[in-house]
Amino acid sequence: MAEPQDAAGARAAFATYRRLVAARIRADWQYRTSFLVFLAAQAVVTGADFAVIAVIFTNVDQLAGWSAVEVAFLYGASGLAFGLGDLFVSPVEFATNHIKAGTFDGFLIRPVGALWQLLGVEFAPRRLGRTLQPAGVLVVVVAVAEVDWGPASVALVPLSVACGTVIYGAIWVVTSSFAFWTVETQEIASSFTYGGNALTDYPIDVLGSWLRRIATFVVPLASVAYLPAVWLFDKPMPFGLPRLAAWTGPVVAVAAALVARGIWGLGIRHYRSTGS
Amino acid sequence: MRLYWEVARTTARRLATYRGATFAGIVTNTVFGFILSYVLLAVYRERPQAGGFDAIDAVTFTFVTQGMLMVVGIFGNREMADRIKTGEVAFDLCRPYDFQGWWAAVAYGRAVFYAWARGIPPFLLGALVFDVRLPASAWTWPAFVAGAALAVGVAFAWGFLLQLSAFWIIDVRGPVQLGWVTAQFAGGTFLPLVLFPDGVERLARALPFASMMQLPVEIFLGKHQGLDLLVVYATQAAWLAALVAAGRLVLARAVRRVVVHGG
Repeated sequence: MAEPQDAAGARAAFATYRRLVAARIRADWQYRTSFLVFLAAQAVVTGADFAVIAVIFTNVDQLAGWSAVEVAFLYGASGLAFGLGDLFVSPVEFATNHIKAGTFDGFLIRPVGALWQLLGVEFAPRRLGRTLQPAGVLVVVVAVAEVDWGPASVALVPLSVACGTVIYGAIWVVTSSFAFWTVETQEIASSFTYGGNALTDYPIDVLGSWLRRIATFVVPLASVAYLPAVWLFDKPMPFGLPRLAAWTGPVVAVAAALVARGIWGLGIRHYRSTGS
Repeated sequence: MRLYWEVARTTARRLATYRGATFAGIVTNTVFGFILSYVLLAVYRERPQAGGFDAIDAVTFTFVTQGMLMVVGIFGNREMADRIKTGEVAFDLCRPYDFQGWWAAVAYGRAVFYAWARGIPPFLLGALVFDVRLPASAWTWPAFVAGAALAVGVAFAWGFLLQLSAFWIIDVRGPVQLGWVTAQFAGGTFLPLVLFPDGVERLARALPFASMMQLPVEIFLGKHQGLDLLVVYATQAAWLAALVAAGRLVLARAVRRVVVHGG
């Protein structure tokens, strides 16, 4: 197992990754109509989530003390982060298929990290469709929200999206690593990924207190959009956290990435080929 | 008839061997049930009678819906489309049984297994944390089962039509996904239709998708009694007949296009 540690190795891994991604984009572009229809389908899927929020706000003026625009911010920021995580990191889910088919061995004998290869080989540009709709909503919300846009608030939005992408990516890697132990329970991953995405569309104030604690401290979903939104819209912090908690995204993201890397590494060491 | 019975039975048995997958699916449905229930409870705290439901109706609706997702198959699948893509469908069409009937038997076999394996556990787990409502009258149970059975048929016939597109296009994933997201949304899977604005709700109820999810779950909640219940069944049966007929028509056209390449 060659996990490149030095700078030159990392550069080589990234160059390989870029080539694989470029190849996938060219490949998908050969079937243009299928690609565009699929892209549109992905956009509609995320659009349905937003339609749910829109329907809810035809019934109520606020949800757990949050206005429509504020919830739309949560949807836009977390949806964009989720979409980017989906685009770049969710290909790791295909680890299950490769482990089942016995083709995972191939990744291990090449001189580039298995994770980079997997993310490149299974990259699918159509997943970009998931980011379009939330990105549009986020732009509109930022334009209309009654926020005092100082330099700090302006910086917080892209920072949160970037950290959210890393956090979702880490969740994908961790849940996909389970496949090294059992290939059957892959659907549990959806509870964390798609479930997490559904959860971050709403203020966690709606949740029961036990689930709110899990989403804040265990699986750090609150860090994706909720805590920054609390700061932007001047809401009360949950659990008496200091207001600075809104800015902990980078720390949480780095921690999540390290945990994901550790668990993936454990999985690789645990891996036993299905043989042939 | 015996053949279709056996197809349904073996489908159920095949699914029963994937215990880990069943367990994982239960966890996922339950997690989504929790999230949606909490969101709906926040709505009902603001407006306790939104859409003629109360908070307990809404939570019950959510967990019954989560249990019915796999029974009805409202996420769709591409088993049949894959056989069309690879050309294996040529063998299927030569065999001495009804092509649509075969896949209907598969759908019902799947539904029976999922009814107890995926339908009941999320509801029970939801009942541990939330107030839910069981049918007040014993007659509601068979009424619900009949409505759910019709829902399985309507959803099957819709999926059959969607997958037939594989005869015309190479990659059916996009159209199939679009077809099912529409069904989920307009069927009340994400949010009960009663919360939709009036015009949108009327439109959704005029489409076949309400018959797949919203209507049977409303039967469970006891919202349809007596003559009203018969109207619900008639609606579902009409959509079932229409979609099955459309499926047969499209299949007949598609079959004329099939070219089997020898090898």
